Amino acid sequence: MSILNMTRRNLLALTAAALVSGATAGAARAEETIKVGVLHSLSGTMAISETTLKDVMLMLIDEQNKKGGLLGKKLEAVVVDPASDWPLFAEKARELISKDKVSAVFGCWTSVSRKSVLPVFKELNNILFYPVQYEGEESERNVFYTGAAPNQQAIPAVDYLAKEEMVERWVLAGTDYVYPRTTNKILEAYLKSKGVKSEDIMINYTPFGHSDWQTIVAEIKKFGSAGKKTAVVSTINGDANVPFYKELANQGVKATDIPVVAFSVGEEELAGIDTKPLVGHLAAWNYFQSVDTPDNKAFIEKWKAFTKNEKRVTNDPMEAHVIGFNMWVKAVEKAGTTDPDQVIDAIVGVQVPNLTGGVSEMLPNHHITKPVLIGEIKEDGQFETVSQTDSLVPGDAWSKYLDGSKDLIADWKTLKCGNYNTVTKKCGA
Amino acid sequence: MRLPSTSLRMAFFMITSRNLLWVFTLLAGMTSAALAGPFEDALPKLAADSYADTEAGIAAVASSDHPLSLPVVQALRDGRLLAGEGRVVIRDGSGTLVDAATGQASGASASSLKPVRVNNRVRRAVEAALGNLTLLSPDPARRLEAARAVFRSRDAAALPTLDKAIGQETSSDVKEALESARAAIVLNKVDSSSAERLGAVATLKERGDQEALALLSSLPSGIQSDVSEAATRAAESIRTRLELWNAIQNIWYGISLGSVLLLAAIGLAITFGTMGVINMAHGEMVMLGAYTTFMVQELVRTYAPGLFEASLFIALPLAFLVAGTVGILIERLVIRFLYGRPLETLLATWGLSLILQQAVRTLFGPTNREVGTPAWMSGVLEIGGLSLTYNRIAIVVFAVAVFAILQLVLRYTSLGLQVRAVTQNRRMAGSMGIKTNRVDALAFGLGSGVAGIAGVALSQIDNVSPNLGQSYIIDSFMVVVFGGVGNLWGTLVGAMTLGIANKLLEPYAGAVLGKIVLLIGIILFIQRRPRGLFALKGRAVEA
Repeated sequence: MSILNMTRRNLLALTAAALVSGATAGAARAEETIKVGVLHSLSGTMAISETTLKDVMLMLIDEQNKKGGLLGKKLEAVVVDPASDWPLFAEKARELISKDKVSAVFGCWTSVSRKSVLPVFKELNNILFYPVQYEGEESERNVFYTGAAPNQQAIPAVDYLAKEEMVERWVLAGTDYVYPRTTNKILEAYLKSKGVKSEDIMINYTPFGHSDWQTIVAEIKKFGSAGKKTAVVSTINGDANVPFYKELANQGVKATDIPVVAFSVGEEELAGIDTKPLVGHLAAWNYFQSVDTPDNKAFIEKWKAFTKNEKRVTNDPMEAHVIGFNMWVKAVEKAGTTDPDQVIDAIVGVQVPNLTGGVSEMLPNHHITKPVLIGEIKEDGQFETVSQTDSLVPGDAWSKYLDGSKDLIADWKTLKCGNYNTVTKKCGA
Repeated sequence: MRLPSTSLRMAFFMITSRNLLWVFTLLAGMTSAALAGPFEDALPKLAADSYADTEAGIAAVASSDHPLSLPVVQALRDGRLLAGEGRVVIRDGSGTLVDAATGQASGASASSLKPVRVNNRVRRAVEAALGNLTLLSPDPARRLEAARAVFRSRDAAALPTLDKAIGQETSSDVKEALESARAAIVLNKVDSSSAERLGAVATLKERGDQEALALLSSLPSGIQSDVSEAATRAAESIRTRLELWNAIQNIWYGISLGSVLLLAAIGLAITFGTMGVINMAHGEMVMLGAYTTFMVQELVRTYAPGLFEASLFIALPLAFLVAGTVGILIERLVIRFLYGRPLETLLATWGLSLILQQAVRTLFGPTNREVGTPAWMSGVLEIGGLSLTYNRIAIVVFAVAVFAILQLVLRYTSLGLQVRAVTQNRRMAGSMGIKTNRVDALAFGLGSGVAGIAGVALSQIDNVSPNLGQSYIIDSFMVVVFGGVGNLWGTLVGAMTLGIANKLLEPYAGAVLGKIVLLIGIILFIQRRPRGLFALKGRAVEA
């Protein structure tokens, strides 16, 4: 029923009908499209990372509509701005589900924002696709984790450094919040299980947005001059990274002496730094823009065309949204409906190609299989892949290296449980 | 080992038999037959798939004594070494392709060639190889670099060249570096005698820095007992020395953090301190200054790349103008209606700060903008055990200069006189014919402008993003309140005290706890002395 085809009389009749029952008309319109919620901060501190993800969602939805939509209907993006304010995330999620009646939501970046919306998704029974690497130790029925779990990022990175760079001394530096603290706890347990002594591990936390790194970089230098090869594993988040790398460069800490491997620094973050002094520092992700596959090439071209900007870069969480969105589309097609309960059941086992040449699968623990890539920063702010896992690594919801979680598994297909204890054989830890 | 190596060995034999004529003829023959020497054997390895092979290739190339080995390793370092179709090619500065094996122009097509892949392991090998190859370079800066590289790689193969280099070295700095490189090798070489090692320990003790300490505290196993005793003693003495330098270094970090705080707070000291306006948008003035720097650098890069080194100086007056103008606009359009109503001012300026942030975010995008560092601001100045980075030195000097100029303006200009008069007694000043409205606007513009030039300095050490100002606003208020409202000297002392206290606490308490301790300290202090370190009488106090 396109407006163009309508005669004036029809339009008049329709207006009259709409006047009589405005509510029904609204409902009828809602049935014409499938709504998809986009819950990313467009203002405040997190806008720096999340705005891009909103754009990529708009592009994916636009593209799907060009392919004819989904179940014969057009998709419609509902974009809200939770403004980097954690409680507002919950409020906006509620608004998306109750008021806008979205079929699924793609959103959140920080773990605290995810934790804040969790109760809403459980209560209103909807679906959240979470695209960012995170600390694990969670598996919820309503959430699909398309970013890396620690075993898909942190542990392979440490393995690479130990093997390739012969690192024996470790600095675990992070911003003081849940993701770095949990990741570092896992890494510390892992390193100790590999025979690294406590005195060879230095753990350091800094506040959000820390900008004066002189003392800490000097301490890292000191720690690194004990005669053993030293590396820094950085879970430093967001804005604090630029001054950190600038200080490293200023104090002459080169990647050949003390390499820094980062879990939160991607192409986007590097776009704001002069990368020449940083050449050789590393990052571990599941995707790099520099990956040379036809799928990735096509994606980058589409992205540049969509944003009308030749300089826009792509990054790992964007790929996670691509995978998550395609999985959701496939699951909806498989289920024949957008009803969250049926999609949640249908999506487990769904396989879609990722952009690095493999095929990712949604696992029963609501995490996905991904390749792990280690890249070194190049002069142009891109990454050179120096190591890639041979096969895709399945994401672990619960870490094998932590006391509280090593007996837990998540399985929403047969066990219908996110934290099943394999020792006590009970759900609920 | 094939023919050429036998001929090498033969050449060596000839030298020992001192039959020089023979050697010359042989050498002449070698250059023409140099098509399959160790150098040529090693070249394809550079282009191998595995980094380990590339690493081995570099070592082989470096030790081949081939005239082209240096250009090849340099090309690899600079990403100009290309490989493809079984050929290894150097791209020189002008883009011409040169065959790495012959030094002749190469016929390879550029499209079939890819740069040789490099990772940290390869980069380390390149550094070590370059060190060995450039120890005898005529350029002293190169030799120094080479000595440092050899010190790090401790490659025993470099020892003969190193001895030769030490013998003919004229510059004392380079000689020192060469000797410590030699000591590092001797200490770790398997077959060094106890006396040689003791000599090396003494050299390293003399050097006395972090790296020497690292070497001395990680001796190879099975070392002579007298050497290990001497090394332990030397390490102990270095450690005590470094401890002392460390304390001084921490104070320097404190001064440098203090000067950043001073820069951020000094504009606020005028608007809040002397005018009593709580300006929550102060941080955004800093941000505007930083974005002005970004814009200036963009323009300089496009239109006058030669001026890049001076871009910060060009940005200074512009940042002052931009932030100052915005400040005057804010004062005229918003704040002047709210004088004497601090709570409303606070809310209004906070709203303004959000508006300004979002405006910049819409205009420039939410991501960080890259502001380059001029060459004169990069690098480290080493004095004794201190390492002072040039950018921090520049910021300390700049902060002091801004402070001094501001003092002079307030003290010796008629605007300064009027500002001080209005601060002390608005009514009286008005009665004496001072246009208090105008003074308010100009003082606010001055404070904002100074915040703008602080932004130029902060763009060198922090993110240039819409959130830049937010991270400084709390600290700025802390400095001004702690130092005493309405007194620039108070701001200076406050900033330095907080900076140094923060940096002295950080090594012991960690960055997070250190900040908490400092905040509690300030709360207690303010309770004892609500008017800060230097209290002043004036409108702000009476209001």
